[in-house]
Amino acid sequence: MLAIVIPIALTLVAASVAMCFWRLLKGPTVLDRILALDTLYVNAIALLVLLGIHIGSTLFFEAALLIALMGFIGTVALCKYLMRGDIIE
Amino acid sequence: MLDYLISFLILTGAIFTFIGSLGLVRLKDFYTRLHGPTKATTLGVGCLLIASSIYFSIYTAGLSLHEVLITIFLFITAPVSAHMLAKAALHVGLRSLAEIPEEKLAEKKKGSAAAKQANIQEAGKPPSAESIETKDT
Repeated sequence: MLAIVIPIALTLVAASVAMCFWRLLKGPTVLDRILALDTLYVNAIALLVLLGIHIGSTLFFEAALLIALMGFIGTVALCKYLMRGDIIE
Repeated sequence: MLDYLISFLILTGAIFTFIGSLGLVRLKDFYTRLHGPTKATTLGVGCLLIASSIYFSIYTAGLSLHEVLITIFLFITAPVSAHMLAKAALHVGLRSLAEIPEEKLAEKKKGSAAAKQANIQEAGKPPSAESIETKDT
């Protein structure tokens, strides 16, 4: 059962990563690109977790946690820069 | 039996992630685009992480609680970053595709008329910077 489901899920998540890239390249405004990056890191976490189940390794969770942390900080820093013109005041 | 539960959770999560990104591509204006991924992706990745937690709790020794940590962190940070994005969009002056309500339009006209008079009175003052115009696809 899992052997069928995981490749399907990997394909779906990979397709969503591709769509995020499309929005990242095309996005008419800066904020669209930031939103695309934000979605991209969440999709990367999903991809890593799926790969972890597929391979059967728990090594990927630390990577996923780090990506979650850094992605959030990146989004907040970019938004802060757009709003205030400075990141740390 | 638990295998079916894990498969169901993985499929739901993947489909929700896909729908979120589809919203990011297909929707027409920034504020609606913001709505798609932030809702759907949180649920999708939440489902995937719960599936992973169950899987590793069964097939390896001991409970696997790393995923719960990631889930909690994502559930806390996703609304915060969405809020920051919306605030930045309002600050930059992105226009939404929704029509302005009539009362607001009337107020705006009054406001701009008053501003024009003020400008005439204070000639020589440079006009305020215009908000960034956006081209929506």
